[in-house]
Amino acid sequence: MEVLYLPEFGQFALILALAMACVQAFLPLIGSFTRQPLWLAYAQPAAWAQFTLLAISFVLLSLSFLFDDFSLAYTAANSNSALPWFYKLSAVWGAHEGSLLLWLLILAGWTFAVSLSRGLPAEVLARVLSVLGFVSVGMLLFVVFTSNPFDRILPRIPVDGADLNPLLQDPGLIFHPPLLYMGYVGFAVTFAFALAALWSGQLDSAWARWSRPWTTSAWAFLTVGIALGSWWAYYELGWGGWWFWDPVENASLMPWLTGTALMHSLAITEKRGVFKSWTLLLAIFTFSLSLVGFFLVRSGVLNSVHAFANDPERGFFLLILLAVTVGASLLVYALRVPNLKARVSYSLLSKDVLLLANNLILVIASIMVLLGTLYPLILDALGSGKISVGPPYFNALFVPLMLLLGVFMGLGLLTDWKQMQWQKLKKKIWLAGVITLVLGFAVLPWVYDGEWHLYVALGLTLVLWIFTTSFRDLWEASRTKKGWLGISRSRLGMFFGHIGAALIVLGVTMVSNYGEERDLRMQIDQPVEVKGYQFTLKKLIHREGPNYIADRAIVEVHNPKGRLINTLTPEKRLYTVRGMPMTQVAIEWGFLKDIYVAMGEELTADAWAMRVHYKPFVRWLWLGALIAALGGVLAITDRRYSSKKAQEQLTAINKGGV
Amino acid sequence: MKRFLLFLPLIVFLLVGIFLYKGLSMDPSARESALIGQPLPEFSLPRLTNPNLLVTREDLIGEVFLLNVWGSWCPSCYDEHEEIVRMAQAGVPIVGLNYKDEPAKAFRYLSQLGNPYTQILVEEDGLRELAFNLGVYGAPETFLIDSEGIVRYHLAGVITPQLVDQVIMPEVQKWQKNR
Repeated sequence: MEVLYLPEFGQFALILALAMACVQAFLPLIGSFTRQPLWLAYAQPAAWAQFTLLAISFVLLSLSFLFDDFSLAYTAANSNSALPWFYKLSAVWGAHEGSLLLWLLILAGWTFAVSLSRGLPAEVLARVLSVLGFVSVGMLLFVVFTSNPFDRILPRIPVDGADLNPLLQDPGLIFHPPLLYMGYVGFAVTFAFALAALWSGQLDSAWARWSRPWTTSAWAFLTVGIALGSWWAYYELGWGGWWFWDPVENASLMPWLTGTALMHSLAITEKRGVFKSWTLLLAIFTFSLSLVGFFLVRSGVLNSVHAFANDPERGFFLLILLAVTVGASLLVYALRVPNLKARVSYSLLSKDVLLLANNLILVIASIMVLLGTLYPLILDALGSGKISVGPPYFNALFVPLMLLLGVFMGLGLLTDWKQMQWQKLKKKIWLAGVITLVLGFAVLPWVYDGEWHLYVALGLTLVLWIFTTSFRDLWEASRTKKGWLGISRSRLGMFFGHIGAALIVLGVTMVSNYGEERDLRMQIDQPVEVKGYQFTLKKLIHREGPNYIADRAIVEVHNPKGRLINTLTPEKRLYTVRGMPMTQVAIEWGFLKDIYVAMGEELTADAWAMRVHYKPFVRWLWLGALIAALGGVLAITDRRYSSKKAQEQLTAINKGGV
Repeated sequence: MKRFLLFLPLIVFLLVGIFLYKGLSMDPSARESALIGQPLPEFSLPRLTNPNLLVTREDLIGEVFLLNVWGSWCPSCYDEHEEIVRMAQAGVPIVGLNYKDEPAKAFRYLSQLGNPYTQILVEEDGLRELAFNLGVYGAPETFLIDSEGIVRYHLAGVITPQLVDQVIMPEVQKWQKNR
């Protein structure tokens, strides 16, 4: 094969991007201290150049994958000529080096988007870009010095690659990492706005206003990313679970929890001008937790299904990076924030306080997840042995916290800003309360199997409570001159966000309490029964895919009435290059239940050990997350972020008018 | 006092950082094997080169040796092979346990990478013999067995150059002296 020099250009572009990131980080910093507008003005073109260079670098790496250039160590380790083209492309972010490049590209993309935003004063923009530049410099140094995806294996070029990890050969995994990174890295923008505000000392509510759409979009991406990961785990790992409290899942959940808190806290700060220092701290926390997660996944300090290769050298570099970024921002926070004093008052029963309460619950939940994740590490470091913290710990703490969160969520929706009379609130919530308690606590828990379960009752009460209060809130919003059409997009966004959360609770409640899992021996033409459904193994087929060989079972499913509802075809695959067996589950899905069949081990020539799951309402988990994210999208498209009037208002605020 | 509170997040973070730093030098997958200090289990397994010849525990005991569990299907085994060759060249007897593999693939593996093993036992998939009794859950895993037939060291995971120089070779020498 002809030698391609693409990777060398890619690496060159990467190094130039590092140079540009340095310009973007340092020149505005110096300019702001020496008061030279020209130096500040370098930030924007440097950000554009960095984005372009990283995009070139990324495209060149992708081309190396498409052209099967196995002289690259990274390509050789993660791709194979037999791989379909779309998996070759997604293999680019299938392991450490490439996913890091994707992370950087996304950071540069967010930076680029910020640099295009209108209505930001030049000085604020330069500061924000400078902070983002520093984050980028750190990560680029990490890539260039420890994790270069363009390293060649010369002169002995492998004939073929070691293949992409079969677990990652799945459509869900094409999109899961990019979406997740869009979320993690998106919080860097809010972080940059917060630091820029601390840096300048201009801590009015303007920064909260500017940060809100960025935070909400990052949050929406992260929500979809986590949901997609959970869905992937559900159908790809073959265990039928949707959340495992695995360290890497926890790493994504922590910034999501604080990010949710941040989104609400920004709303209070923008609308009411209170809790400014708390919001700033949350902005720093959220991005810091993204970085902590990044560290946990890539340094090999924790054992996880998803962890990347164990490399202490990289881990050390990352720890330094983490210490500098988080340490410096918390130091800036501690030094700069004391000047802040809010002159706004609020009473104990007000939206302000209820939102703060929910904020605290979310942060406590996040800290509790962090503790559970780090606990094995801490014990080990103290010499008390190796343990692992399992789902019982997380469930025991997480579930009550979420119940409490739900109660405040509904209350907060119907409470006014600043202060509210209890009498007035009572008038608004009594109907919702009665419906919730009667239906959710007393009636509905009986419906499914004729027995009353406490957890079902609690879960359904919560679902109904959020539903009824959300609809009530929407109804109140419609009582203007324009009626239902007058409801603003951000109000609607909030509605969908909360309904989405309720649907997640619904899915979790139902599947955790009524789900069933059975390991069965299935023999050809001998039906077995689970939850009234009959499963008959009809045939076993051996087939070959592009890069695997597979045993496929044909299983007929009859419903309790004896009617054939589907023929499922689960597979057990062996990916030949890595010699890795994989379970390909078959799912008969529905809004009310999933029936899930996975192949275990071959027992005899005509019998297999099979795993059958019955999962009621499990879809609502992911649908709920999608609906919540849709709410986020609606909120960002609100007119006040785009209309001309809003822009003028912003400019007025910038000039120090308001 | 209020000022101090503002530094609290930073202090907490630094504490977490210290633990993370300590965590870097620890291997989460290194679990103490319950077999350390226990005799090597009894077994009877064929040799890769001569399947008709069965090897038992008694055939191996007598000198300090390493037992390395490997398979051609295991990507990490390729990574550590160079280190195994290096130790074999340094005079350490290493017995291979070809685990859940096919003979043809195992031979190809050895012809490509070289054969550092004094002998190779074969434990086919589904056979509940040595690897099963040793609690092996994957490959590569490596055990150090002393001249009395007692397991003295166990590694679940890849042998790295540092591990060879700092842990495995010193352990081997320690138990060789102890005889």
